[in-house]
Amino acid sequence: MTFFDLARRNVTRHWLRSSLAVIGIVIGVIAIASLGIMGNSIGLMFDDMVSDVGDTIIVSPATGTGGGKLTERQVSDIARAVGSNDVIPFSSTGDKIAVGDKESVAMIYAIPAGDIPSLLELESGSYPKDTGGGCLIGSKLAENSRENGLKLGARVRIGGETLRVMGVLKERGMGFDINPDYAIVVPYAWYSRHYDEDNYDQAIVKVRDVNNIDAVKESIEQKMNRREDTVTIMDTRGILESVFAATESITVFLAGIGAISLLVAGVSILNVMLMSVTERIKEIGVLRSIGTRRGEVMRMFIYEALILGLAGALIGGMLSFCTGYLVTAIFVQNPDYLFDPTSLLYIAFGMLFGVVTSVASGLYPAWKAAHLNPIQALRYE
Amino acid sequence: MAVIRFENVTKIYPLPAGDVTALAGIDIAIEEGEFVLVMGPSGSGKSTLLNIMGSLDVPTSGEVTIAGKRISRMDDDELTLMRRDHIGFVFQQFNLIPLLSVVENVEYPLILKGRQNGTRERAQEVLRAVGITETHFTHKPGELSGGQQQRVAIARALVNDPDFLLCDEPTGNLDSKTGTAIMNLLDRMNREEGKTVVMVTHDPRMTEYADRTIRLVDGKVVE
Repeated sequence: MTFFDLARRNVTRHWLRSSLAVIGIVIGVIAIASLGIMGNSIGLMFDDMVSDVGDTIIVSPATGTGGGKLTERQVSDIARAVGSNDVIPFSSTGDKIAVGDKESVAMIYAIPAGDIPSLLELESGSYPKDTGGGCLIGSKLAENSRENGLKLGARVRIGGETLRVMGVLKERGMGFDINPDYAIVVPYAWYSRHYDEDNYDQAIVKVRDVNNIDAVKESIEQKMNRREDTVTIMDTRGILESVFAATESITVFLAGIGAISLLVAGVSILNVMLMSVTERIKEIGVLRSIGTRRGEVMRMFIYEALILGLAGALIGGMLSFCTGYLVTAIFVQNPDYLFDPTSLLYIAFGMLFGVVTSVASGLYPAWKAAHLNPIQALRYE
Repeated sequence: MAVIRFENVTKIYPLPAGDVTALAGIDIAIEEGEFVLVMGPSGSGKSTLLNIMGSLDVPTSGEVTIAGKRISRMDDDELTLMRRDHIGFVFQQFNLIPLLSVVENVEYPLILKGRQNGTRERAQEVLRAVGITETHFTHKPGELSGGQQQRVAIARALVNDPDFLLCDEPTGNLDSKTGTAIMNLLDRMNREEGKTVVMVTHDPRMTEYADRTIRLVDGKVVE
């Protein structure tokens, strides 16, 4: 028998009242964990949507310089500046396309054939070569134009010249560099010949180690803009960071709503514990008179609050898996986010908060019990 | 050496209507092995005397020595340890802990003292000594008769081997037959074990058990 044991018996003595207090904590823990998981999942979803381009630096010609294009020479200067990282120059234009007798307008990206695999993934088919008239189509374009005949193997006329669709691209989502989902991708060699154009619109630098982004940027800056600004350098990480910051504050806000419900639970524990102290004044007087110290009485009551908190946190933690699953399945349509460590952390966080709230709520009643005058407490009826 | 010594002890309660003097300069010495009664009418200061002897309260002035220790300037924790280690309380209403079984109630002061081993055996030993049978050990106090509860309370008071038993009307809630049995038990503890017993009572029949009686009137010892 220990003080903890004694506390446990006191909690179970009034099991209905204790259960109600525990339910409060359970709800609070679930609220914090589920809302936290929901906010976190929204963040993870954003993260997934943009992570493909999170390692990207985009180099554009500085405004007001020579026609707004990057020359072959500038591109090779950039390539030297970034060392082993890939530099993918590209141009884009819009043009009339025709499949059979059906005409429409599409966005056209021109990328050196050798660089396409490092930037874009294929859903089906194969990558085109610089020689030969092959092209790729974006996934959404393929989806929307299937009945028009624009599909793998089809012949498409661009500006009077016929190309064969050699592959369909995987859906890439919204990007900060290029958005090929609704576009046609052609080898740069063909584009150069067809439009009589030697320069590029922009260059994408894929940085292998995201931590090096600033160093790579600096290196390009040194190389290209030493005398005058010839290029504008933009990295996607800066954009991502502001998106993350926004989702983080959504998460904190949602978890805050959960915290309010836990606060209510804390008040109910405070109430239960104060009742428990008032009912047991005489008993506390007896314990004190036969030699129980103030600190020991206090410990006994804090243990009671701790037991309520632990019970609530455990039950709440388990139920949070269910509600977390529902929340991720319904709101972000991807229950996998629940099992991400950052989401699971919210369950742990909710549980911890539940225990802390209980113990904090028990402090005053415990103090009150410990500081009863033993003589008066003994005489209390 | 005296187990309890009061030297010119006063206790004054400050009240809005004026100070109330509960004890007015009392000198008492209770020697080891004595059986002493404290008697007096209501308001004579009996309860105050009991509280100070029990280290539940300290005097306003004067010196109180219990088990060789001066308690007048002790803080709450020190007084609590005095109660735990030197005094065995027996109350009129038994005051057992309803959550704990009979044997756990007796074990409790041992655990307070931080003993790890042999607490259960020691509790059982003392319970047998006061006449509680094995079958009752695991019962809750509420399942026992008044006389049995008081026996358990006496066992709890004895378990830490205190310097004296401090009994507050221990037979006040019992019928006369059971009361006599409890008095015989206390008497036996006094005679056979040499326990010092201090007992506050209204009942003049108790004087036959006592070595002597301290009578209080208006906060003073009158004989």
